[in-house]
Amino acid sequence: MTAPLAFDDVRVRFGAAEAVAGVSLALEAGEIFGIVGESGSGKSTLANAVMGLLPGAATVSGSIRVDGREMVGLDEASLRTLRGRSVSMIFQDPTASLDPTWGVGDQIAETIRAHGLGSAREARTRAIALMDEVGIARAAERYRDVPHRFSGGQRQRIVIAAALANDPKLLIADEPTTALDVTIQAQVLELIDRLRREHGTTVLLITHDLGVVQMVCDRVGVMYRGRLLEVAATADLFERPSHPYTRALIAARPAAAKRGARLPVIPREWSVESLEARESEGAEAADG
Amino acid sequence: MAELLRVENLVKTYAAPGGFFGRRRATALGGVSIAVARGETLGLVGESGSGKSTLGRCILGLTRPDSGAILFEGADVQGLSGRRLADFRRRVQPVFQDPFGSLDPRWPVGRSVREALDCFGIGSNSDRARRVADLFARVGLDPVFAKRLPSQLSGGQRQRVAIAAALASEPELIVADEPVSALDMSVQAQILNLFMDLKRDLGLAALFITHDLAVVAHVSDAVAVMQQGRIVETGSADAVIDAPSHAYTKALIAAVPRPRPAFRGG
Repeated sequence: MTAPLAFDDVRVRFGAAEAVAGVSLALEAGEIFGIVGESGSGKSTLANAVMGLLPGAATVSGSIRVDGREMVGLDEASLRTLRGRSVSMIFQDPTASLDPTWGVGDQIAETIRAHGLGSAREARTRAIALMDEVGIARAAERYRDVPHRFSGGQRQRIVIAAALANDPKLLIADEPTTALDVTIQAQVLELIDRLRREHGTTVLLITHDLGVVQMVCDRVGVMYRGRLLEVAATADLFERPSHPYTRALIAARPAAAKRGARLPVIPREWSVESLEARESEGAEAADG
Repeated sequence: MAELLRVENLVKTYAAPGGFFGRRRATALGGVSIAVARGETLGLVGESGSGKSTLGRCILGLTRPDSGAILFEGADVQGLSGRRLADFRRRVQPVFQDPFGSLDPRWPVGRSVREALDCFGIGSNSDRARRVADLFARVGLDPVFAKRLPSQLSGGQRQRVAIAAALASEPELIVADEPVSALDMSVQAQILNLFMDLKRDLGLAALFITHDLAVVAHVSDAVAVMQQGRIVETGSADAVIDAPSHAYTKALIAAVPRPRPAFRGG
């Protein structure tokens, strides 16, 4: 069977810097695959590369296949027909994905109409059904309400409804719950989990949070400096992390340590901090 | 243990949008009382809009409450002026989530720390350069970093500088509002360790404000849980986290990400 998403030796360069340095990975149909990493690991760059959302200065090499179809080098027009149809993406800040002046129901209907699926009336009916499905109460009444009439968690639900409007095979979620309160985060993660079960959607979930991975992901890849250090079933990763960096990350969580005890610190050679410092020293030297 | 800070029945309301001539008020603090003992860390946990940051800002004198008392060593700090106000500010120092906001982007960070010494007249003029180096060492930064601009440091290093600046005046209480929330996982652990070191080595008390229950549970002696402008539960960290009595505390604990077989396995 063709993988819903397959990376083969993917590299993304911004000038001399390599943000993604050779990632190969295949997702299984219907799974939630988590990519976890700290800042600068390349996790968001990898996700954006799938959708062709990288800035013009980026050069992508290797192969990214969505359901067998090559995405690297695809022109903008072809990408546009695929976005929101075969692949949808949601981000940390739902307000950035929504037009502040427009009713949320119309915006969901628009994503249906944009792909020429159904009449205006059918789109409206489907948008209401989707709002209902993602847990917006009194969906028909709230159809014309603008985004700011909703809470942050509800806005993320609406964005999820729009993302799923055309039943994409693949949903890419980049830090979808990072801006939400923990109680709301749990609800939105449960929603994503329920929807992929009901629709068979494959989900690539990008996060900095091992707790989020633990909560919903079937498998997980740990990214560091543009590379996938290890890929494992979630339970295995936490029970038997194979890479020293992963072991250190898991041990450094306050939730994992004895209350009040010193937290084990990531060995210096793996610390993002020393990386950043080295880079800023480099920048300083370049400036001087 | 001796009480350092006591907040009594603090109320703070804001004009709410949509009100007629500002008559509608939103309640940020609806009568909040807390106490921090000398040398103790009180963790204040709550979600966005709970009023936890407003409480911190009231204590720091950055926001004026409508009513209620803020007592530091038994004396109300509202209405302090002149030398007594300066003395209170020296003894109670803030640490915020975004150290960029506390550091002048054009100054080498050593100068920002030095300014804190100048401002409170700590040490003799000639002695201050050595004190800056000591403060850098105290927060685990090589003093060579003093020459860097904030933009030339990593997020964790900037937060260490902000903590060094807060320590310059030899405070007795730190009010830390989400001090590790913007940091990467590997860096967060280091800064939490630093807070625990400061408590142990300097006997520093802290009001540690955060949305992150795991962080609060780890660093706090006592925990207060805030919801919609009220403290709904307070007690020792062990009691509140291991045996919560309020429904909201239970919901917060239940929402902390952890593996849930029923949830994952279907």
